[in-house]
Order: sequence, then C-alpha cells, then structure tokens
Amino acid sequence: MSATLQLRRRMVNALALALGACATALGLALLGWILWLTLRQGLAALDWRLFTQVSADGEQGGLSNAIVGSLIMDLGALAICVPVGVAAGTFLAEYAPRSRFGASVRFLNDILLSAPSIVLGLFVYVAVVLPMSRLSGGAVSFSGVAGSIALALIGLPVIVRTTDQMLQLVPATLREAALSLGVPQWKLTVHVLLRAAASGIVTGVLLALARLAGETAPLLFTAFGNNFMTLHPLHKMGSVPVTIYQYANDPSPALHAIAWAGALLITLFVLALSVTMRVFTHRHRRMHEQ
Amino acid sequence: MSGDRANMRYGHRGDPVPGRRVARADGAASPPAASAVATCSHERRARADTRNDRWFRGLLQACALLVLAVLLGAALSTAWGGREVLLGQGWRFLGSAQWDPVTNNYGALAPVFGTLVTSLIALLLAVPLAFGIALFLTRTAPPWLRGPLGTAVELLASIPSIIYGMWGLFAFVPFMARVEPWLSASLGRLPLIGCWFQGPPLGLGLLTAGIVLAVMILPFISAVMREVFQAVPAQLIEAAHALGATTWEVAWQIVLPYTRAAVIGGIFLGLGRALGETMAVTFVLGNSYAISGSLLMPGTSIASSIANEFNEAVGTHRSALLALAFLLFVVTFAVLLAARLLLRRMTRREGLR
Repeated sequence: MSATLQLRRRMVNALALALGACATALGLALLGWILWLTLRQGLAALDWRLFTQVSADGEQGGLSNAIVGSLIMDLGALAICVPVGVAAGTFLAEYAPRSRFGASVRFLNDILLSAPSIVLGLFVYVAVVLPMSRLSGGAVSFSGVAGSIALALIGLPVIVRTTDQMLQLVPATLREAALSLGVPQWKLTVHVLLRAAASGIVTGVLLALARLAGETAPLLFTAFGNNFMTLHPLHKMGSVPVTIYQYANDPSPALHAIAWAGALLITLFVLALSVTMRVFTHRHRRMHEQ
Repeated sequence: MSGDRANMRYGHRGDPVPGRRVARADGAASPPAASAVATCSHERRARADTRNDRWFRGLLQACALLVLAVLLGAALSTAWGGREVLLGQGWRFLGSAQWDPVTNNYGALAPVFGTLVTSLIALLLAVPLAFGIALFLTRTAPPWLRGPLGTAVELLASIPSIIYGMWGLFAFVPFMARVEPWLSASLGRLPLIGCWFQGPPLGLGLLTAGIVLAVMILPFISAVMREVFQAVPAQLIEAAHALGATTWEVAWQIVLPYTRAAVIGGIFLGLGRALGETMAVTFVLGNSYAISGSLLMPGTSIASSIANEFNEAVGTHRSALLALAFLLFVVTFAVLLAARLLLRRMTRREGLR
C-alpha cells in the first residue's frame, strides 16, 4: 500500500517537473520562432534602398523618412522624459524615501509603467494635438512634438523607477560625508549622488529607450505618420513602427517585405540596447560590491 | 540608515545649520578684523544655499507630481472627450451591442466582450506555463543554466508588440488556420464547450488573439513568480524536504501558498497588460463587431477598435471611442491597482522594501 503511494507521489513529481521543463522549452521555442522569423524575413528584405528612399515611393520606396522620424521622436522623447524622470526619481529617493506622498507617487508610477499605451496616446491627442490645432487655426495638428510627448509618457515611469532604486543603493556615508563638509543639499544631490548613481541611471534611460522605440499605439494619433521626409517638429512625422503597421495591413507583398525590414531594424535596435543595458548593470553591481 | 538620512535632511529644511558655518570657516588664518566681513558673507551664502535648496526641492517635487498628473490627465481627458456618449447614453452604452457609424449608434458590448475573452484565454494559457517556467527555473534547472534561461524567457518581454503583431499575422495565423479544423474535429465535439471551437478555420479570431496575448504576458508573469519563489525562506523548503516531500509537493504545498498574494499580483499584472495591448491584437483579431459564441470567429477589442477607427472618426463616433478608452483606462487601473497591492503585501512581509 505504502509502496504504491510512494510510487504515485514520485510519478506525480516527475510528471510535474517534466511539464515545467516543457513549459520552459515552449517559451524558448516561441522566442526562437519570433526572432528567427524576423531575422529571416528582415534579412531577405534588407536593402540600401531602405535608407535612401522615402515611403512615398510605395513598393519601390524605403524607410528613410520613417527612420529619421523615429530617431527624432525617440530623442525628443528622451529629452523630455530623462530630466523629468530623473528629477522625480531623485525626489522619491532623497526627499520622500518614507513619506506617504513618496509612497503613493511610487505606487502610481508602477501603475503608469503598465498603463495601456493607446490611452496615453489618446491623452496626448486630447491634451496636445487638439489645443495646438485650435490655437493655430488648424495649420498644426498631428506633429512630431506630440509624438515625442506621447513616447515620453511611456519612458517616464521607467526612468523614475530606476533613478529611485539606484539612488537608494548609494551608501549613506557619501551623503554624510558631503553634508558634514557643509555642501548644500542640491549640490550634494547633483554633484555627488547623481554622479554616483550615473551608470544605474543610464541603464534606466536605455531601458526606457528600448521600450519607447518599439511603441506604435501612442504614435497613431499624435505623430500620425508621413510618407515624405520631414525634419519639422510641427509637421506630421513618419516612424518605423507606424509604417510597419500600415504596410503589414496592406495586401502588397512588396510592402510586407519593407515592413519586415523595418521590424528587423527595430528588433536589432531593442536587442542591442538590452545587451548594452546588461553590461551597464553588471558594471554598476560590481562597483557597489567593491 | 534612513533615520540618519532623515535627521540630516531635517537640518537643511529650516535655517542654515549652525554646524555649517563652523565647517565653512576655512579662512581660519584670516586676521580678526576681517572676520566680521567673512561672517557676513558666510551668512549670505548660507541664506542663498537655503533658498536654492528650497527651489531645488520644489522643482523635484513638481516633477514627481507630474507622474500623478499624467494618470489623472489620461483619465480626465478621455472622460472629457467621451462625455457626449458617457453622459448621453450612460449605462446603455455598456449594454448595447450595436456599433454603427452610419446610424450613429454605439454600444460598448462587442469590444468589451472581445477584450475580456481574449484576456481570459491569455491568462488561462499563460498562468500554468509561467508557473511551469518558474518551477523549472527555481527548482529543477541546474544553477548555471538558471540565469541564462531566465534572461532568454524575459527577452520575450522586450520584443516590441508590433513584432508580435507581424509574427501573429504572417506566421501564427496561417499556423492556426491549419490547426483549427483539427480543433473543431476534436474539441468541437465536446458537450458543453464544443460550440466554442466550431466555425470556419480563418486563422484570425478570438482564440488566435488570446494565444498571441498569452505569449506576450508570459514573461511578465513568470518573472514575478520566479522572483517571489526565490524569496521563500530556505528553512521552510528544507523542512518540507526533510519530512520527505517531493520537489513538486514543496512547490505546490509550501512555495505556492506562501507566495499566493504575490503570485496573484503577478497574474493581475499580466491581465492589466493583456487588457490594454493594442498592436498584437489588432493584427490577428479580424475586426468584427459581431459577438459570436465561437472562439474561432473574428471579433474586436477596445484597444483595436480605437487603433482601427480613431483617425477616421468624427463627432459621436470619436466620442464613443474616447468613452471606450476611458472604460479601458478605469478597468486597467483597477486591475493594476489590485496587482500592486497584492505584490506589495509580499514585499512587505519579506522586508524587501
């Protein structure tokens, strides 16, 4: 009797562990499938034309306007969300580490981190695009600036969170040493603490860039898209994700190929960022262990 | 540590700290005659420092408030944009299955149905898989393999959703179109749930969207589970093993009950992601406002309705879409709030924070 029970328990155990291993294998297989497909289709479609032609040329076209638009809007988004996010994160770590206000901001920031990006896009549409259109009498509506602001809202919570966490890792002795020399708090924060946490904060910035670079939904109603090259921040601006979205929904296989090439570019960009990020995290951790 | 920091900071909130003037008196060699002037300039400097500190603090606080303003703004702006439909139709908006831009009749039922069904499918598939992955990565896998494998699985989370959309549309939909006849023939014969799996093998549809969503939220749930499973005290696990429990029994009867709140929090986090996901779903859902009893039929979701129609919508149509966005935001906010509260309970108990 007891022997069969033992056997049963052992069988259940073996079965469960085998299923766990299968689940991991399935997860890895899906990752492999997605990456392999992107790589194969993207490499087949990769062409110099992508970087020289604009998407207005249709099937003979490229992505140069979308790539430039994406670069401008991503950098613009960083220009907005890095200072604001670092400042907010610094406030949480240095001025409100235990206060109720700090706790609730931290809490709501975590919610913003996974809020639906399409709603944030609509928020920017209502709060930026519509007023700009009204102020300019309809001359300016969708714009690269609005796109940057929408993307900044995606990156902001990431930067707030990493800055907060990284500053909390800075040893208290550094603060004590600086304060005992009579350094005012702002100087201590800017010149000592932020510098000490710099590599960690850079990690956060790269993480934010990796997240916002692939976002499509917030751009649909803010930057809209543009088939021609534009550098003007108040014009409709194309971007790689939105172009992929349009091309993938098109029946033409030639446009699908261009969409795959764009997908490959974004995936490579994001993966390169992840790798760089890991290097930084590693270095940061080593520095603090010493 | 924080106590020390709070005390030190307290000194700076008020007037200049007396100790600072001592520390700043670096001109100790200066003659007595100059000391009055020096004190004066020191005082001025201390006052300037205090003022700068106050400004600095105010600036940082304003930025922190901005985070709250974004959340509030997202809720208010969508509610304001959708006021025509929200106020005009009230609860009828939720109950009506009509969505007709021609007659200007809008009801939220079809998108809400699609959102809930796809998210539930995603959870049903992703939760057991995530548990299996977390179990494997914390208990079974050899230690040298845990890090790399965990990183690889979590790499799924960093792939942009548009790539999932492309994969879904060009690889997974054709795959499902081949699998679905088989599904109809096997699961479709079951008594109660059989009708869910009957229908034309389009490849597109609620089931496909649910599966793509499952793949997308899998890394989020498994990352949370892995993290909290590692935080279970070793004594508990060792004690159970010492009583003769198998690895599975330890996981199911010790680890899981101990981490229940956080695990549910992780699941809610995944649900929050699934509800609001736009791109991947839009590609594979088929965009149809018919509410169908079959999971193989196309449908629509809140996010994909907005993505598909917002730029062409005007007037009431636009207002209805913004009202949908408001609904989505409120529901996601509630789900994520619950998730974070559950997760926080675990970190509190662990003293991780």
